[in-house]
Amino acid sequence: MIDLHWLYVLAGAVFAGFAIGSARDATNRKRLGNTAFWGLIAFSFWFGDFLGDIGNGVLVLALVAITGVHLLGKGSKASTSVEEREGFSERYGNKLFLPALIIPFTAFVGTLAFNYTPLKVSGLIDPKSVTLILLGLGVIIALIICYAWLKPAATASVEEGRRLMDSIGWAAVLPQMLAALGAVFAAAGVGTTIGSLAGSIIPEGSVFLAVLLYALGMVVFTMIMGNAFAAFPVMIAAIGVPILIQQDGGNPAVIGAVGMLAGFCGTLMTPMAANFNIVPAALLELKNQYGVIRAQVPTAIPLLIANILILYVAGFLL
Amino acid sequence: MTNYLPLIGIALVVIGFALRFNPLLVVAVAAIVTGLLGGMDFLKVLGTLGHGFNENRYVTIIYIVLPVIGLLERYGLQQRARALITQMRGATTGRLLLLYLGFRQILSAVGLMSVAGQAQTVRPLVAPMALAAAEKQHGELDEDTSDRVKSMAAATDNVGLFFGEDIFLAIASILLIQGSLKSFGIELTPLQLSVWAIPTAICAFLIHGARLLWFDRQLKSSPSLSGGGGPAKLVEGEYPPSVPRTATSPAEAREE
Repeated sequence: MIDLHWLYVLAGAVFAGFAIGSARDATNRKRLGNTAFWGLIAFSFWFGDFLGDIGNGVLVLALVAITGVHLLGKGSKASTSVEEREGFSERYGNKLFLPALIIPFTAFVGTLAFNYTPLKVSGLIDPKSVTLILLGLGVIIALIICYAWLKPAATASVEEGRRLMDSIGWAAVLPQMLAALGAVFAAAGVGTTIGSLAGSIIPEGSVFLAVLLYALGMVVFTMIMGNAFAAFPVMIAAIGVPILIQQDGGNPAVIGAVGMLAGFCGTLMTPMAANFNIVPAALLELKNQYGVIRAQVPTAIPLLIANILILYVAGFLL
Repeated sequence: MTNYLPLIGIALVVIGFALRFNPLLVVAVAAIVTGLLGGMDFLKVLGTLGHGFNENRYVTIIYIVLPVIGLLERYGLQQRARALITQMRGATTGRLLLLYLGFRQILSAVGLMSVAGQAQTVRPLVAPMALAAAEKQHGELDEDTSDRVKSMAAATDNVGLFFGEDIFLAIASILLIQGSLKSFGIELTPLQLSVWAIPTAICAFLIHGARLLWFDRQLKSSPSLSGGGGPAKLVEGEYPPSVPRTATSPAEAREE
């Protein structure tokens, strides 16, 4: 069965390519740091399951150490110049979009094919990892087409990918690190502590204030954990079920669904949701690493107010 | 007796991020401090951190698209995206992003979350198109303005994803809500939950959409010093040389 591990092999190969490319890049003064960093990630993808928990912990500390003492650099190896790119853009025209659209198209057709053909019951693909497997498949198809059509140098895709990877730098592993931090938070009982804190400050007798506290609790806890999934079970157990549903008689579907969406407003406002908020800032080469968050806050706050009103009106008045 | 000491770890994260220490360092220190204060020994903390890291490798898989995106950029993909927008009459940053917002919400609502994304679509296509449209409206962009356009493109992708996906029945968050409520003896179907994602999805479209159209007005009302939107000829990494700014425009002052 094709499962996540096939993708880990592919991802490991991509990162190994970045590591080797880094080692050979004489324009990067800190190339050994980059080699070690991307190399460790490749190692983690390939051999992470054989390292044991402590071994993986040491690998994490090594990644942190490399960034902590500023050993990551950026090469200045030439890609094509702006003029050359203008020329290519003229020459290839709108057909250039096609390879870029293959990845989303593969995801689209693949999802449909998976759900509406016997593929699902054939057991060929692990249903839990379908989206990521389709992403991997899309990448491979797109690369084959690019090589056949544009005929770049053999190493060009790795070199161009590495150019983007180096501009993302340490931010690339931040989402995975934060997920690991979430595991430590959970093991240390942070969630239950916050839940009991939130539960203990519930005001008596006011449904609206209880709704407000539930929604704000979701937002704040989501901002801390970077993820509404971690916040939801805690807040639904502390306030949602005992106070809003059982005591005040709120509609459970509304309390559940809109409570989660209130948490999503928190996701828009926190650097802890690094894959959505910090990585794009690096990917788009923004000067301010919090630029994306700043653009999102003016949407998140009115939307949170809307969610609180929906919770109150649809949950209790309708 | 509840142990409140592990909450110090949260304080460390907040302070570390606020003071802009390297986030990887902040996270590692916070994890170790939280674990130790929560009564775990060092090796247990290290093991939990390592286990969590290894189990979550799938979040780092997305970078396998970079070789494709980088290769296409080498052959002028961003330039092509700009050229397409420059030829299109009536294309503005706000309208373009509004259209993208709608598409992103609808695609997510039918379960096609990974059809778009920051690496797959925003960096190679949406951001350069939004920049090209902004240049048509505003003239040459200084660095702050072009950063705001790019930030808005990234923000639009996130808003569209977050407030579309919960309408889809089989999404993880709906299943999590269902499971959490079930543990309290409250039985709901995914459909009963996901219909309640629709009002918020509409609010998200209206609120963010209004901001996008407002953003157009800001771009238009603060023409750049150099004026005149010439042909777009900027690439990543070489975004416009900052125009010396004599004063902050009123439009920008409002936004901050």
